[in-house]
Amino acid sequence: MSAELGHFALILALGVALLQGCVPLIGWRRRDARLLAFGASAAHAQFLCVLVAYACLTYAFVTKDFSLAYVAENDHTRLPLFYRVTAVWGAHEGSLLLWVLILSGWTVAVSVFNRRLPLEMGALVLAVLGAISVGFYLFILLTSNPFDRLYPVPAEGHDLNPILQDPGLALHPPVLYMGYVGFSVAFAFAIAALIGGRLDGAWARWTRPWTVTAWMFLTLGITFGSWWAYKELGWGGWWFWDPVENASFMPWLAGTALIHSLAVTEKRGLLKSWTVLLAILAFSLSLLGTFLVRSGVLVSVHAFASDPTRGLFVLGLIGVVVGGALALYAWRAPRLRAEGELNLLSREGLLLFNNVFLVCAAGAVLLGTLYPLVLDALGLGKISVGPPYFDSVFVPLIVPLILLVGLAATVPWKRARLGETLRRLRMPAVAALAVGLTLPLAIQGRATLVAVAGTLLGVWAAGTAVQDLWRRVRSKADWRAGLTSVPRAAWGMNLAHIGLGVWAIGVACVTSFGAEKDVRLAPGAHAELGGYTFVFQGEREAAGPNYTAQQGSVLVEREGTAVARLYPQKRLYASQGTVITEAAIHPGPFGDLYVSLGEGYDDGSWSLRLYDKPMVRWIWLGGVLMFLGGGLAASDRRYRLARALERRSAQAAEAAAA
Amino acid sequence: MRFALPLAVLIALLALFAVGLQRDPRRVPSPLIGKPAPAFDLPTIALPGPPGAAPPPARMTQADLRGAPVLVNFFASWCAGCQDEHPFLMELARSGEVRLVGIDYKDAESDLRRWLGRHGDPYAVVLSDLSGNTGIDWGVYGVPETFVLDAQGRIVFKQIGPLTPEAWQRIRPLLQGSAS
Repeated sequence: MSAELGHFALILALGVALLQGCVPLIGWRRRDARLLAFGASAAHAQFLCVLVAYACLTYAFVTKDFSLAYVAENDHTRLPLFYRVTAVWGAHEGSLLLWVLILSGWTVAVSVFNRRLPLEMGALVLAVLGAISVGFYLFILLTSNPFDRLYPVPAEGHDLNPILQDPGLALHPPVLYMGYVGFSVAFAFAIAALIGGRLDGAWARWTRPWTVTAWMFLTLGITFGSWWAYKELGWGGWWFWDPVENASFMPWLAGTALIHSLAVTEKRGLLKSWTVLLAILAFSLSLLGTFLVRSGVLVSVHAFASDPTRGLFVLGLIGVVVGGALALYAWRAPRLRAEGELNLLSREGLLLFNNVFLVCAAGAVLLGTLYPLVLDALGLGKISVGPPYFDSVFVPLIVPLILLVGLAATVPWKRARLGETLRRLRMPAVAALAVGLTLPLAIQGRATLVAVAGTLLGVWAAGTAVQDLWRRVRSKADWRAGLTSVPRAAWGMNLAHIGLGVWAIGVACVTSFGAEKDVRLAPGAHAELGGYTFVFQGEREAAGPNYTAQQGSVLVEREGTAVARLYPQKRLYASQGTVITEAAIHPGPFGDLYVSLGEGYDDGSWSLRLYDKPMVRWIWLGGVLMFLGGGLAASDRRYRLARALERRSAQAAEAAAA
Repeated sequence: MRFALPLAVLIALLALFAVGLQRDPRRVPSPLIGKPAPAFDLPTIALPGPPGAAPPPARMTQADLRGAPVLVNFFASWCAGCQDEHPFLMELARSGEVRLVGIDYKDAESDLRRWLGRHGDPYAVVLSDLSGNTGIDWGVYGVPETFVLDAQGRIVFKQIGPLTPEAWQRIRPLLQGSAS
């Protein structure tokens, strides 16, 4: 019964979304305030409907209602409750339902926080979001309905993919979707600006906090994904340039470019049509990501059941949404006029370079991801594009980008004096050189080009950010007054740049000093790696709630003292007959020790993979710092002040009109 | 004009994806096409054949496949796709157009007997590749896969996934070409 309720609520949500997409547009044509105001009410009603649908599906999972095909496919009587709740988004249908729930949540947030926006603007934004929702509801209802019944009802479910039975799964998809879907708000603002013809500093100020919020969640989502893959897939890697990873990374690159170009548009009234294009691009790449994951056109480790009809539908959706947006752009963007001129040696000039590098990086990733598809479509053969390509195109783009971070944060808007800039950059440059040369020696006792260069860049980005904060605090006589005078946006920006630096140091060290070894060890035998001795102490049986495992025991010693005891497992999930390896990790701020269990042999020996991963946590720490920085920047006081100000002026205008 | 450029790029990409959707990236062409069949030496499985037929030898090698065109079908009792193609294989066997050699891939003999007993036996002879090593040599990455060998024992075609009537329409001319 609850399934039918959920299905019905979903159909209702489609109807409401249709109205939300049309009525405000009619109101805009007729200049009818009541019709314009309808968008907000529709957004609330739609959210309620999709929430009911989502709750019904969750209820079906918790109560193990195997009469639903989707539940039977992804649930099991012995699945722990926590994973029964997260299994809702463990496969295609449910994760789309989560997608529309989040989209609807964003829409409600826009309708609540933007009450102070000019009525027309807010209504157009809600109409665009409603139209996007319509596309996704149709996708779910026509090709991927999670409420389809199954008859005869199986006695037992097929179980959630064991690889997804991990706390990382609870975090990764919802947070990632928050980011993906969040770019729809920036997209909607861009479309509203193109339709309404209003694109100025105020527009950029409205759009910025939404974009930064979406960006910070995407950053965190990718970070969680990287961490989850590292601990769960047992390969010891943190990034594989897999098509689906690239699918989340391309919108991130475009979104990062967008938050910077929005700053230029807000402060200087420049790069308007470019900013609008980036806003369209960021969301389009999110949609493209969905297409690549769901359609099965590319081979990926993210094995969602692929289905050509679904692929065709998403392709059509992209055609309508992105095609419509770009057609509108081709028609209206020529009218957008810059309000000043661009000087290259200025913050806006350097941010333009930042945009060029970021967009080139996104383009390079797109090319590498689609290249196998292009060759196959042209009948030129089957190839795959792997890390060598991505590493060799990405590194030359990211290095100047990190150099720019330090420069752009130091240089003022409008026009900079070269001498003054260079004088200010002396300190961070010296710090970068000193730490870059000594840190690798200090932690590893040796230095490589990659480690030195990466540390140097990382300290440069972080150092210029610290210096910027320092200068701001010092500008006041009293340090307490100085600390409180620094706006949250400045804290946020600099914290995110420090995060970038921390990330760069982590990447450089782990690629330079990381080591791995495949060994076959009999009980009591040992192997050496990275100055550590790994002693294999044997294997025994272990059991979890819904799996049995063979658990190895490995003692790690350094110079005779025990450092860690690791228990890597090989788990058998009987429900699907799947075996997965569960790596054992000894985490540390300056490096991880990582062991995963391979095959067992008749003589009692086992094959083991041993990894030494120096500084690997810094990669994710960098991502978390960027997330926190985004949070600070998005909650800056001036957005709230500006909103209050705009509301007062709007009220004054209304009073004058009356 | 330059403002229309993004739209043009999008249209090109959409066309590309539309073509890409028609293709399965997991289908990788076999590098063995045109080459002699890889060597193997496998035990046959004694099955109740048609009355009067000579029992197959205890072991067979790639040399035993020469002389006439033959379909080498990698299958297993545990494989769902093999059940899909099975009725068509039966039909093909009844028509007598081509000799079918089955290679039972990573499968227990008792399971195989039960399976063939239930669904019928289309094969002239069934070989057992219990370890899967022959499958590796032949580049099998999932059953069912069917190799078409000409009279000289060269691989002329590889069907990945179930053997369908459509695939048979493409295979038949190849056999006639090789026979003449």
